[in-house]
Order: sequence, then C-alpha cells, then structure tokens
Amino acid sequence: MTTLSDPPRADGFRLSLLVRDKRYRSYTFQAIALIALILFFGWLASNAIRNPVLRQAGIDFGFLADPAGYDINQQPIPYTSQSSHLRAAFIGAINTLIVAFLACATATVLGVIAGVLRLSNNWIVRKLMAIYVEMFRNIPVLIWILIIFTISANVFPQPSAFRGDNPEASPIFGVAAITNRGFYLPRPYFTNGIGAVADEVPADAAAPVAQEVASNANWLIVLAVLVTSFFAVRAVNAWATKRQNATGVRPTTLWVNLGLWFVPIVVTLVILGLRWEVPELRGFNFQGGILARNSLIALWFALSVYTGAFIAENVRAGILAISRGQTEAAAALGLRPGRVMSLVVLPQALRIIIPPLISQYLNITKNTSLAIAVGYMDLTGTLGGITLNQTGRALECILLLMAFYLVFSLVISAVMNAYNASVALKER
Amino acid sequence: MKNSVLLGTLAFAGLAAAGASAATLDDVKARGSLNCGVNTGVPGFAAPDANGEWQGFDVSVCRAVAAAVLGDPEAVNFISTTGKTRFTALASGEVDLLARNTTWTFSRDTDLKFDFVGVNYYDGQGFIVPTALGVSSATELDGATICIQTGTTTELNLADYFRVNDMSYEPVPIETEAEARTQFLAGACDVYTTDRSALASVRVTYPSPDDYVILPEVISKEPLGPLVRHGDSEWGDIVRWTYFALVAAEQYGVTQDNVEEMAAEAGDNPEVNRLLGTEGELGAMIGLENSWAKDAIAAVGNYGEIFSRNIGEDSPVGLERGLNALYTEGGLQYAPPFR
Ligand SMILES: N[C@@H](CCC(=O)N[C@@H](CS)C(=O)NCC(=O)O)C(=O)O
Repeated sequence: MTTLSDPPRADGFRLSLLVRDKRYRSYTFQAIALIALILFFGWLASNAIRNPVLRQAGIDFGFLADPAGYDINQQPIPYTSQSSHLRAAFIGAINTLIVAFLACATATVLGVIAGVLRLSNNWIVRKLMAIYVEMFRNIPVLIWILIIFTISANVFPQPSAFRGDNPEASPIFGVAAITNRGFYLPRPYFTNGIGAVADEVPADAAAPVAQEVASNANWLIVLAVLVTSFFAVRAVNAWATKRQNATGVRPTTLWVNLGLWFVPIVVTLVILGLRWEVPELRGFNFQGGILARNSLIALWFALSVYTGAFIAENVRAGILAISRGQTEAAAALGLRPGRVMSLVVLPQALRIIIPPLISQYLNITKNTSLAIAVGYMDLTGTLGGITLNQTGRALECILLLMAFYLVFSLVISAVMNAYNASVALKER
Repeated sequence: MKNSVLLGTLAFAGLAAAGASAATLDDVKARGSLNCGVNTGVPGFAAPDANGEWQGFDVSVCRAVAAAVLGDPEAVNFISTTGKTRFTALASGEVDLLARNTTWTFSRDTDLKFDFVGVNYYDGQGFIVPTALGVSSATELDGATICIQTGTTTELNLADYFRVNDMSYEPVPIETEAEARTQFLAGACDVYTTDRSALASVRVTYPSPDDYVILPEVISKEPLGPLVRHGDSEWGDIVRWTYFALVAAEQYGVTQDNVEEMAAEAGDNPEVNRLLGTEGELGAMIGLENSWAKDAIAAVGNYGEIFSRNIGEDSPVGLERGLNALYTEGGLQYAPPFR
C-alpha cells in the first residue's frame, strides 16, 4: 500500500507519541489512572496503619459476641438487650431487607402504572403522571422520607385519642388503628396447625378458647398450597394455549383458574383454624396485632414513590423503543389497545426495561440506609449506628456494614440478571 | 455509598493519626482559636442566643479554656455534635475539647481512649411525661413508647432499667434534641428520657411547661464533664486545672467583678495569690501566661456564677445546686490545692 504521508520511521518513537498516537493513548491514560489509584489507596492504607488508635486496638471482631445492651423496636427475630451485637446486626440486616423488598415491590407497581399511563391518549392522565414523575424524582428522597414521617407523626391521632366513651378517633372497621406511631393491623394466627400451643388453657376457663399454635411451619404449609395453585394454573393455561393453537378457539379458563387459586387456600386456612388477633388499646398503646411503625411506613412509602418515578421513566422509554409499526400491526389484526399493550408491546419492552430496573432495585436497597433519619432500625441503624457508637469499633463495623450491603447488592443483581436472561431475545 | 463510607473511615483514621499525635496546645495557639465540641442546642447548657452567640453552662467551659490559653474568650469555634458524632469528632482531632453533657464512664475513658478532666455537673437519668398521662412514677411505665437519643448512656440505662424491673417498652431512637422535641410534643412517644438536667432545660422551652412533669426516679449516675483525647496529658492538665480554677474561685470568693482588683496585687490568702498569678509561677508550669486563671474567671465568672447565670434557680432552667454545691456546702464540687 502506498500512503500519502511518510511511512513511520523505525527510530521514530518519541515520548510524545504516548499521548498523541491513538495506538498508545488509551494505554497511557489507563496506566496513569491505575498508578494514581494504587497510590491513593496505598496512602489511605498507610494512614490507617500508622493510626495510633488502630495500632493499639488492632482490628478485632470479638466485640460482636458481647451483649449489645440496647433495645430494638422492630424485631423480626427474637432479641433482647442481652443478645449479642452480632444478633443486633442481623436484626438490622433483616429490617433492611424487609423495607427494601416492600419498596421494590410497590415501586415497580407504581412505576409500571405511571410509565404506561404517561403514554395514555387521555391528556389529563398523561399530565398527571408527568407531574408525579417530575415532582418525585426531582426532590431528594431524604426530604420525602422526612416529609412523610413528620406528617404522619403530626396528623394522625395519638393512641390516647382512641380512649374514653366518646373517643376522637376510632379504629377502621373496629380492627385497624392508624396512629401517629404507626398502623396497628390485625394479625392472623392458627389454632389447629402443627406446633406447640403457646399458653396452657386454664382449667377453670369458662368457655374453651381456641389457643394459638406457635410454629411458623404453618405458614410454610400456606405457602406450599399457594405455590401448588400457581403451577396448576400455569398447567391449565398451557393446556388452553395448546387447544387454541390446535382449534383456534381458546377455552374459557377463568372459572377453573379462580377455583384453583381460591378453593385450596380457603380449605387450608379453615383446616388450620385461622383467627385474627385484633389490636386493642391497653395501657399506653395498642397491644396485639401487627404494628407497622411510622418509621417503616415513611421509609417504604418515600422510597416507593421516589424510585417509582424513575421506574416510570424506564418503562416509558422501553415502550417508546418498540416501533409504532408493531402497535399498528397488532391493531390491524383486531387486538384491543389493552391487549396490544399486554401481548405485544410490554413483553418486548421488558427486555429494555429490566437492565435499568436492576439498578433501581439496587438503589432502593442502598437508599434504605437513610432509615437513620427516621429511626428505623436497619443495618445502618444497629451495626453502623448504635453498635459502632457504643463500642467505638468504627473500622470493624464499617467493614462489616460494607460486606453486608455488598452481599445484598450482588444477590439482587444475580437474581435479576438471571431473570433478564430468561426474557432476553433467544437467538437461534 | 459503600465506597464513600470506606474512604470516609480511612480518611477519618488518617485524621486521627494527625490529630492525636500533635501537641494540642501548639495547634490551638497556632490556629489562634479553640475548637470546642458542644451539643446541637440544649438551652442553658449550650445553645446560640438571639445574636447567634453560643451561651450556656458547657459553653462557659470552652470560653474559660480559650481565655486561659489564648487570652480571648471569644476565640472559640463551636462545633455542634450529636450523641453519635461527638466521639468521632474528638478522636479525629476535629475538636480540641468536648464539653457536651457527656457522661464519664469506664469504657469511654479506657476503651474509647479519652480523658475526662472533671465533672462539671453531677446528674442522673430521668423521665419526662405529659401530666395528662396521669403517671406519677417510672414504675408505671410498662408498655410505654419512649424517645431516646442514640449513642448515649441513656439508651443503655433504659434497657437495663426496664429489664431489671421486668417491664417492656417501645424505644423510638432519635438523633438530636430538636427531633426529640418534635416527636415528644406530637405525642409520638409517651415519655422522653435523658439526663435530668437536660430534661429540666428542655421542659421550660415547651409551649406549656406545666403540662409536663419530670418523674421522681433517678435511674442512673451521670457525671457529666469535659473530655479530651488520651495521650496529650499537657493539654488534659490545662483543661482540668482551668476547670478547677473556676471551682476554687467560687470557694475563695473570687468573682467576675472582683477578679481584676484581686489580681492587681497579692492579698493575704496565698492560695488565691497563686491562683491569680500574683505569687509563684503556676501558669508557666502548664505552659501558659501567669494570668491564665484570672483571664478565665474574668471571662466567665467562677463556677457558682456560671451555674446561676445559665441553669441556676434564678435562670429559666431553675436547677438547684444539689450535688453540685461546693464540698463546703455539702456538695461534691471540690478543687485540689493550687500549689
Ligand atoms: N449523658 C449522656 C447523654 C448525653 C446526651 O446526648 N444528652 C442529650 C439529651 S438533651 C443531648 O445533650 N442532646 C443535645 C443534642 O442533641 O445535641 C451521655 O453522655 O451519653
């Protein structure tokens, strides 16, 4: 080949080529960045090593076995102030996962609805959704958490407002109370299932009262029944599709499916002797039932609406990415708009929506650490907050905290990536 | 998030290395001002007044030290710390001195590596409740929702007290006094618990103080005092003896008004002479001017004056001297000899 410029001379390598020549430039900059990074971390590490406090105390995780000494309000597993710091950390971790899970679920529902409706043909609906999205994603989530928390502490009635003959407030349908400390909801329990009876029935009890059986195994039974129903319904649907392919007519499966969903679970619950424990005002607070504290509610709600706004944009982008031709072709085949969306557009849009959705789930999980602002006892509140502060073991606590969040994030990514792979375009 | 926490910790570790090794006195002199850690606002103890000037019982300790070291009680940077951030602030060298109703405990003194230089207020933990609850004793608090500041001795005492008395409660953890106030006044908790001095101080700022009572029980010992980092004993001595100078001044009748006059020439009490620098070289022994104690007293008055001005019976907070009277009057405040 002949070129117009001079051919590079064999001895023509100059240092400036490292920056100017396209072949070397990227390597040069990467090498510089790498060296800077190593130096920076080296500096941090040497600082930490030279730290006199660390030198004396060393890194020692032994404190995790000591009694924590403090109480935690939301205890998904049994805990007392005499339990270890490690147990307190696990309580925090579970609380983090609880609120992260709840927020991911509601944010997804909100996001999909808002994203779809933002493309609605109805002007008002479209604009309302635009307002929702812009309002929530442009104000920091911490502010939303605080707003919701402050409102719930000041607007909802105190438990004492439910007291007396003529109370200012009364429970909804007599079973659920909304107070400024949280929502008290009825709690389901079983009286016939497997497991030990919590309290002995007193011999002189006037009427035999059904006693609660303590084992959580009963909930596993319920879960197993639901899972079986799910697979049964799937089998029915698969059969219906086969029939449709063969005959062109889809058999009506609605009633069979409803039956498959409801009959087994209702029968199971009756056999297990489902009862509801209704919260009752006793002493300072409502007792019994489930308490969703307003710290949980504020955090959950704020994370949902905030992240929901971002998910709405992802959904909208995903839908817009599907060419109009698809919609038009589907409409030309006679599909109604709802079915066009659910059968043609959304399944394809999903492939575009899921990768950013993974990031949103990770964001939610990490943003739960803002719990500290409303006193929700998550991982940052227990391990990274009280434990760190009372023991003074900052480095150990922070390292452990990072490990926990890293594991959460990696697991979520792995699960979501697997799901993504399952809906991805399968090329043959 | 994760990375920034790591970097923050390591950077903090680095700062601690820098902060703990240098001589604090030289740093303060070179800077020309004292960095003093106080709380985020408890009227009477430490709170900015209408002009933005920090005032209060703990603030006076900071000003006295600044006056003794730099000759200027105004040369103080006040740094607000919460129950949780205060120890990091001190350990990292962000503050030279922490005067923030902090309880002297074994583990803080040893494991956390601080030195408490004295006790400027002997206190104990108490409970405040709305009168409307009709509660007259802490033993009736079974099942109550209780607001507590996290990172304090308060939350540990509370857990112990309820466990020992076989009662249950619902803790609502909070970070600052302002948050506690919002929650408690909104009735989101039935009870607020902390040091009784702080309870008395915040009670008078409630819209109608008479609607709230402090229960009679005192469930712990809370000796509150100023503290410095381990490992710089010279600096610890300066803060300790500045505080003792204020106590001794009360004992010997040296006041903000008469201190200049008494320091003008040697009088007939040799201890007062040594304290005020008209006799001996006490100042030089701790690396300060000989007028260090005089400057501190002139700036903030003696211990009794500080007490009555900020939290005493004539102030809005209205605390009795009680345990904090001089030992000559049946209290625990006692300054070792100046010689
Ligand atoms: N003396 C206890 C508690 C000290 C404490 O945090 N007191 C609160 C109760 S008023 C306080 O000063 N808060 C002021 C603030 O939030 O800055 C301790 O040292 O742990």
